[in-house]
Amino acid sequence: MPKSKSAYSIPTKKQKPDTYIFVVWVDNEAGVLARVVGLFSGRGYNIESLAVAEVDAVKNISRITIVTTGTPQVIDQIRLQLTKLVPVHKVAEFKREDKGVIFKEMALFKVVGKRNKIEKCLNACKKFNPVILDETKTSAVIQITALRREIDKMNKKLKPLGLISTSRTGAVAMTRGAKIFN
Amino acid sequence: MPKLLTGAEIVFKCLEDQKVEHIFGYPGGAVLPIYDELKNHPSIKHILVRHEQGAGHAAEGYARSSGKPGVILVTSGPGATNVVTALTDAYMDSVPLVCISGQVPTHLIGTDAFQECDTTGITRPCTKHNWLVKDIDDLSKVIHEAFRVATTGRPGPVLIDIPKDIQFAKTKYKKPNKEKKLNGKSHNKFSQDQIDELVKLLIKAKKPIIYTGGGVINSGPKASQALREFVELTGFPITSTLQGLGAYPGDDNQFLGMLGMHGTYEANNAMHDCDLLINIGARFDDRITGKIDEFSPNSKKVHIDIDPSSINKIIKVDLAIVGDVTSVISKINKTISKRKNGHSKSNKSNIAKWWERIEKWREKDSLNFVNSDESIKPQHAVKRLYELTKNKDTYVTTEVGQHQMWAAQHYKFNKPNRWMTSGGLGTMGYGLPAAVGVQIAHPEKLVIDIAGEASVLMTMQEMSTAVQYNLPIKIFILNNQYMGMVRQWQELLHEKNYSESYSEALPDFMKMAEAYGCKGIKADNPADLDDKIQEMIDYDGPVIFDCHVDPNENCFPMIPSGKPHNQMILGPNDQEENKIKGKGKALV
Repeated sequence: MPKSKSAYSIPTKKQKPDTYIFVVWVDNEAGVLARVVGLFSGRGYNIESLAVAEVDAVKNISRITIVTTGTPQVIDQIRLQLTKLVPVHKVAEFKREDKGVIFKEMALFKVVGKRNKIEKCLNACKKFNPVILDETKTSAVIQITALRREIDKMNKKLKPLGLISTSRTGAVAMTRGAKIFN
Repeated sequence: MPKLLTGAEIVFKCLEDQKVEHIFGYPGGAVLPIYDELKNHPSIKHILVRHEQGAGHAAEGYARSSGKPGVILVTSGPGATNVVTALTDAYMDSVPLVCISGQVPTHLIGTDAFQECDTTGITRPCTKHNWLVKDIDDLSKVIHEAFRVATTGRPGPVLIDIPKDIQFAKTKYKKPNKEKKLNGKSHNKFSQDQIDELVKLLIKAKKPIIYTGGGVINSGPKASQALREFVELTGFPITSTLQGLGAYPGDDNQFLGMLGMHGTYEANNAMHDCDLLINIGARFDDRITGKIDEFSPNSKKVHIDIDPSSINKIIKVDLAIVGDVTSVISKINKTISKRKNGHSKSNKSNIAKWWERIEKWREKDSLNFVNSDESIKPQHAVKRLYELTKNKDTYVTTEVGQHQMWAAQHYKFNKPNRWMTSGGLGTMGYGLPAAVGVQIAHPEKLVIDIAGEASVLMTMQEMSTAVQYNLPIKIFILNNQYMGMVRQWQELLHEKNYSESYSEALPDFMKMAEAYGCKGIKADNPADLDDKIQEMIDYDGPVIFDCHVDPNENCFPMIPSGKPHNQMILGPNDQEENKIKGKGKALV
């Protein structure tokens, strides 16, 4: 267990932390994100990435996707604590390795340099559905969608090719097939 | 067209519909419209405190002794920040509070206006939920919702922040939605199968123990009734946390006393050696469990709790039953009674050996202390207080520290809601204002705050409140001139380096009592103690009782931190063998 959890008990039997993705449906009201995020920071849980937006304007529902790490016991606690928040409707969580769930991040890369370098960048991004959003003689903004670690990798790879700025979202998730989170 | 009401009027309409009779508060600029409206609502009595923290603790005392939510009214900025300690205290101990705070007008929010603070931001982590009402049309709905959130499930504090312009704005009043009578059912997520499984465990058990907590008190008097039946049916030994005292009669033979850091030898050893542990409405707090890895190593564990997030938080359990304590225990009792062949009899013989062992532990008499003719021993003072008040249906509050533990050990409670103490947060200064709240809820009853001289000075100003409303609370101060629990830890862990734990320049409590306009009694001789306590009880009005006790007395038995239940320090004689070593030091 991470030390920040408590100053009182001796952290002994250490379980291995895993990466999990939480999907939380909340009322889209003032302060709701602060409640969710405050719960994580207040109880010493970790947030690796966060994505949030309204998904149902009629029912006023937002969907928050949080990537976090923790032992199974901590993950259980996160779910139960989230469920207790008044504006939270539903909580789903799954392991990153879960084959039944897709999750994706988006990144925007700004590359500045000569044409051939930009071409090389586009080539490198081929696997990740690159879209050119803006282009000049000496620059390009490339959008890709990929997994977190893939974007990490691309980020490193494009640096020598003229990448000067990266902007990326948190992960969003969706189940495969006809099934939905419940 | 229906009559339009101002926000301030709506606040009182809601309070009336929620059957609120008392509010604890302190006026200020941003709540003046609400205070202006107070005069038109004679069914609601306002108790003026001297500090907003006092309002919060008084509301806690009121709520815990009556089972009704406590209501607080404070102004913006410092009014709201002063109440934060009490809200946090209530959050930790699951006390239902509704706090209404004023806020600067909506158009000034975010401008650093006079007495502005981000109240909902500050109180977010210490309330079950809070609301900033920016639209007058939301006000009545929000207030009714606030009462629902505070009082259902695991109870707790909520806060409603109302900007001043909303208090003036007008709209139609909406009555609370008539909810279907759920009787707590929405929180009951257990099945008969789980109950059957538990009953099977009960029958198999050879070394069982029941460990109860504040959840039994929170579930209402019926829960205590059901618990008593359950304990009688099974014949099992029962122990209780600090918060659960009173749910089961403290003087009953099946009761092993409190468990945990300053619990009895028999309760803690039974927890350690048992083969079936039934947790009812408690949360495996770290003051209870001691060292987690060695906590009750050979037992099947059952956890009954209304809050699903309490389950498996600290201790993994084998059977979890999520539901209201009253419903769960009643179901268990019914199931046991229905079984043929008189299970209760056969089981009682099963556990006869276990009881023999418990009696052996009991012989240690772990709450024993060496009494004296020369100085008043604090334990003796509590014992005498108990003997002289036990036939009076007395309500006891405490501050935090050694005196609190001695009160828990030596004052025996027979009914729920008679014992109000700050357990989770451990708030010094809790007891005096809490006693004010208890006395408001029970004007005819004897209310005693068992206090320490350091704690009581933190909220002493509320004596003025007690005098104003002629509340005959008795402040029984065990005065040892030290922050006793700090001194004790320093003695045991820090080589007797009593860093800053001695109280220089204590006030003369007799003169203080006189200054506040109440009665002062001082005792420093064991021979006079009984008479003086009797004088305190008989006096019709608030009393400050300055009981000078032995300053060097330590609170035993105790589990040193980092140790399991079966390695207790019993008393001065036992200490040499159990020196607390390196690792444990970090845990205090």
